Amino acid sequence: MKYYDKLIFDLSKDGKQGYSLPSSKWSASVGELPSGLCRTVAPELPQVSELDVVRHYTNLSQMNFGVDTGFYPLGSCTMKYNPKINEEIAAHRAFASLHPLQPASSVQGVLKIYRELSRALSAITGMAEFTLDPFAGAHGELTGLMIIRQYHVSRGDLKRTRIIVPDSAHGTNPASAAVCGLEVVQVKSNASGLVDVEDLKPLLDDTVAGIMMTNPNTLGLFEKDIRNIASLVHECGGLLYYDGANMNPLMGVVRPGDMGFDVLHLNLHKTFSTPHGGGGPGAGPVGVAAHLVSHLPVPKVMEAEDGTFYIADGACRCPSAPEGAGVFGKECGCMPDCVCGCQSCGQISGFMGNFGVLLRAYTYILMLGRQNIRMVGPLSVLGANYIKESLKDSFRLPVPGVCKHEFVFDGLMDQSTEVTTLDIAKRLLDYGFHAPTIYFPLLFHQSIMIEPTETESKETLDGFIEIMKHIAAEAATDPETLKTAPHTTPVRRLDEITAARQPVLQYKDMCI
Amino acid sequence: MAKTVDGLYYSESHEWVKVEGNVALVGITDFAQHSMGDLSYVDMPEVDDQLEAGEEFGAVESVKAASDLYSPVSGTVIEINEELEDSPELLNQDAYANWIMKVDMSNPAELESLMDASAYDAMCQGN
Repeated sequence: MKYYDKLIFDLSKDGKQGYSLPSSKWSASVGELPSGLCRTVAPELPQVSELDVVRHYTNLSQMNFGVDTGFYPLGSCTMKYNPKINEEIAAHRAFASLHPLQPASSVQGVLKIYRELSRALSAITGMAEFTLDPFAGAHGELTGLMIIRQYHVSRGDLKRTRIIVPDSAHGTNPASAAVCGLEVVQVKSNASGLVDVEDLKPLLDDTVAGIMMTNPNTLGLFEKDIRNIASLVHECGGLLYYDGANMNPLMGVVRPGDMGFDVLHLNLHKTFSTPHGGGGPGAGPVGVAAHLVSHLPVPKVMEAEDGTFYIADGACRCPSAPEGAGVFGKECGCMPDCVCGCQSCGQISGFMGNFGVLLRAYTYILMLGRQNIRMVGPLSVLGANYIKESLKDSFRLPVPGVCKHEFVFDGLMDQSTEVTTLDIAKRLLDYGFHAPTIYFPLLFHQSIMIEPTETESKETLDGFIEIMKHIAAEAATDPETLKTAPHTTPVRRLDEITAARQPVLQYKDMCI
Repeated sequence: MAKTVDGLYYSESHEWVKVEGNVALVGITDFAQHSMGDLSYVDMPEVDDQLEAGEEFGAVESVKAASDLYSPVSGTVIEINEELEDSPELLNQDAYANWIMKVDMSNPAELESLMDASAYDAMCQGN
């Protein structure tokens, strides 16, 4: 493929234009603006034709790789196909033309969708109530931890400043905890790749705010001791946080609420088929058990007794409440009966999250329906195990046995030619596959983490397996080709280390 | 195959200690640098920092991962290797020739709980 990296400014030629407007009698009105508000120098906009613009952006888009272009087995990221009906619904005029400041009376249908999506997520996860506000998974983690902290603070239990995180956790867990002002304590995995309960026990005391767990964990293994872990943590007064990044294999099969979790986030851009990656808008709704509902963020979408919906901004509506009660944590004294925000962890989103993303997830849930949503988990698990079993003679499988939706290889079975996981990942690009997640989890030195998702056909999985075996054979006979891969992509092996040590952050001599 | 050097003390978290009088030179092992890959950054403590054995004193970062560093000994930081600020790759070139910090030990008896080269080697083999 031809490499293309121009900026639209590179195409600009003085006098070129895409279209011209007829002169208008209204153009004179510009002259009526105060001179201080008028620019003296023309803005530096690119001067290009319509065809220039079309070719430029089409070429740029072809430098990209996505689920729409090929198989994307990125472990722990659940890069499933995003059905196009999600986009059709989100683009519908009734939704696309909404304004965030419209009065609630004019957006009753939208508020109903908020409530219905919350209820569907509650049914899927076994949690009592949801906030749809967080903008991403990590934002959901932070929100969930703020709820946990608020729970302890509201009980006057101020010693609980430590949070337990397994060594197999996603890196966002300790990062979110640190942002929330909690001290991270690591618990080890045992030889089977699960949280070591014996290592956990001595950590549990009255300074523990909670534990963050991912189930199945990042090795794709179900934490089968979870009920035991839940009772141990609850006995010491801590709460359980569920990282929903790996919810896909469990959807409709097992509910985190039934495992004993108190708080969780879901990544709608993973499990619920909304667009993922590239820094685009995400959504990380947070669900809580019944005893934490009052700590959810404000504002909240509520249903009135007459069936209409309103946005509760946190202010206390009880007649007996003092003025300003419920806002910014000011106590109203009416708890636990009112819905005000005095026990809330605060406000975390200006306009209640990314509605367009929520709408896509809502569409996905309705399109699948109650019966079909139960097929997601089993099919994703079947696909992962099929790849694992087909390749385990060519790649090292550190934890044998049945996995859930993803699994981890620890490099090639035969490492005598010193071909690394990075070389394998780069070589996959030559064959038109996105690379899997590599060098994560950190438990192994040559981790390759593969997650096919339920949306890939057997033919696609077979094609991937064949190429992986071919690469393993190449590693033995022609290691040099792997060590210099990729060879057919627009750019070849990038010098990641120089990019990290001496980053060049400016495009040519462009300076604004 | 990762190298070890006789006469140094080794920690389970892959730091080495070289003793010069009451001063401990602390670095990361060849096994550690090899596992991390090309290093892009070394986060170091400040001179006069007080450290307890087992306490975090910095971190090394590569394109693959970041890993915390734990002090094998207690004491006061008396010098850091400023060359590593601009040239973290020195640790990749020779992990044992390039120390990260010098610590004036407050409890040299702690050295006895560390491993010698052959014990450390055996631990890495087991990995």
